[in-house]
Amino acid sequence: MHKLPELKTTGNRIPNRQAICDTLMTAAYQDRSVIALCSDSRGSASMTPFFSACPGQSVEVGIAEQNLVSISAGLAKCGKRPYTFSPACFLSTRSYEQAKIDCAYSDTNVKLIGISGGVSYGALGMSHHSAQDIAVMSAIPNMRVYLPSDRHQTKKLIEALLKDEKCAYVRVGRNPVEDIYSEENCPFEMDRAVILADDDNYDAAIIACGEMVRPAVEAARQLKADGISAAVVDMFCVKPIDREAVLTVTSQAKLLVTVEEHSPFGGLGSMVSQIVAAVCPKRVINLALPDAPVITGSSKEVFDTYGLNAEGIAGTVKRFLK
Amino acid sequence: MTNRELTVLAYELREKTVDVITGAKAGHIGGDMSVMDILVMLYFRHMNISPKNMNDPDRDRFVLSKGHSVESYYTVLAEKGFFDYETYRDSFSRYGSEFIGHPHNTIPGVEMNSGSLGHGLPVCVGMALAGKMDEAPYRVYTVMGDGELAEGSVWEGVMAAGHYRLDNLCAVVDRNGLQISGATEDVMSQEPLRTRFESFGWHVVDCAGNDMDALDAAFTEAKAEKGQPTVVIAHTVKGCGSPVMENRAPWHHKVPNAEETTQIKHDLEEKKEVVKHA
Ligand SMILES: Cc1ncc(C[n+]2csc(CCOP(=O)(O)OP(=O)(O)O)c2C)c(N)n1
Ligand SMILES: [Mg+2]
Repeated sequence: MHKLPELKTTGNRIPNRQAICDTLMTAAYQDRSVIALCSDSRGSASMTPFFSACPGQSVEVGIAEQNLVSISAGLAKCGKRPYTFSPACFLSTRSYEQAKIDCAYSDTNVKLIGISGGVSYGALGMSHHSAQDIAVMSAIPNMRVYLPSDRHQTKKLIEALLKDEKCAYVRVGRNPVEDIYSEENCPFEMDRAVILADDDNYDAAIIACGEMVRPAVEAARQLKADGISAAVVDMFCVKPIDREAVLTVTSQAKLLVTVEEHSPFGGLGSMVSQIVAAVCPKRVINLALPDAPVITGSSKEVFDTYGLNAEGIAGTVKRFLK
Repeated sequence: MTNRELTVLAYELREKTVDVITGAKAGHIGGDMSVMDILVMLYFRHMNISPKNMNDPDRDRFVLSKGHSVESYYTVLAEKGFFDYETYRDSFSRYGSEFIGHPHNTIPGVEMNSGSLGHGLPVCVGMALAGKMDEAPYRVYTVMGDGELAEGSVWEGVMAAGHYRLDNLCAVVDRNGLQISGATEDVMSQEPLRTRFESFGWHVVDCAGNDMDALDAAFTEAKAEKGQPTVVIAHTVKGCGSPVMENRAPWHHKVPNAEETTQIKHDLEEKKEVVKHA
């Protein structure tokens, strides 16, 4: 367990995707087998610096997401370590079978990086939203699913992925996110959720992933001011989910709230509920996007509409703790 | 309307499209400008589609496969009378709006939702096949981007249309030579495009894509073609209408600032006047 971080608004914000590019470039200079692939997406992936610095380790396939993933698998089978970038909406649905067969089933070391995930693309609409990716990718045997919360954690995650030989799907958002951790203080252990709480006797636990972790921590701070103690679980490893962390907070808290930028079905909320229901039933409330095309607007407007913000999370905790 | 009047109209609609984009601070201006003449020629000359016949099973069908050019498409639909331009302009991409940033078929005049590239042509193959089954008189049109042609699904549709000899189908490629990351020939080369389509059993018409006379002739030729589908490879200029954006890849989805907007609108106005008085 770690203390709830003091949240700073640094102003100096970079999107998680940029942290990926920086980390991969450092790795690519050392290891010529690190390859980046894009599908007319290098700008939105923040991968232009990589493509410029390492042209021999960069592959452009054009607007062809299925081709993108199969080519990656072929490269991986011949000893390369491909990092495959495309908007999460296309990568997780257009290339789904390629991910299932060529990456997971054939067990190739392809790291699929879904950029501009969730509702990052705002008003561009449902064709550009990925609200199913956690569900579909998690349902594939041998596929891992990660949603890092801030740039520091993103860096540590990519460093860990660089060391292993299995495929994985990583989803990051388009927008810059405020830090949760810092350079010096970013607790990270692969496939272990980060439990953040100021004391052991919390009443509620908020389990969140990706960009919902920051508002979850903000909510915990607001609740503290109102005399309610809440723990936050940063479940960046949605699959393999950290069961132990779920069980730890379930045994302590009276209420669990899950928060995710995803459909209400088959994502973090479903997985947490499944674990809790089987072992030690407690109330689990799932906050997620609706089962409908979301309202037109920026991602912030969308989050505010559906209560996926600090106020919404804190309000849910208060309402159901009673 | 004469072809010259349609050219003038296309410039006017470009200006209106720029207003939509600057108002919303969002949009895909480059492809909007390259495709405008194609849309105007189809909607105001060749296609049998209007607010009056949208429930007629014999109406022509249109799918904007390059759905990111929604701003020019909606401006054209508004001009056709499907909905009010001002309402669209003032709400496009805003909170709660029906006018989202890709074609959506809750909007009058839109048949199919698009935005994910590579769907339009195969969907149109289905529409054209249905037309053949029903011996219906309608024709089916779709407009694709040239970068879009890298999607395998496009070529699966091309193959099927050739196989079924769908002469009621006309595909248009907005051949502006650019996509997001740069020139199509650098990103994923498309040439020899004509031969590729021909080898799948298509009739191919290459034409100047920002020239109403050339487009008019191309669509007329397509209608006369029997026994095979036609593709019009429309050689266009991305950002057509102002040197500020013409042939510049970053203008794929750049939103012009105040100064650029003034210049762009000035350029469009000037071009329009030249055509008017030629
Ligand atoms: C399946 C899919 N992949 C990626 C995108 C993102 N995208 C939108 S526009 C575009 C470039 C399109 O280039 P082109 O087809 O040449 O269109 P135009 O130049 O006419 O704008 C891309 C990659 C998308 N909309 N759909
Ligand atoms: Mg193009």
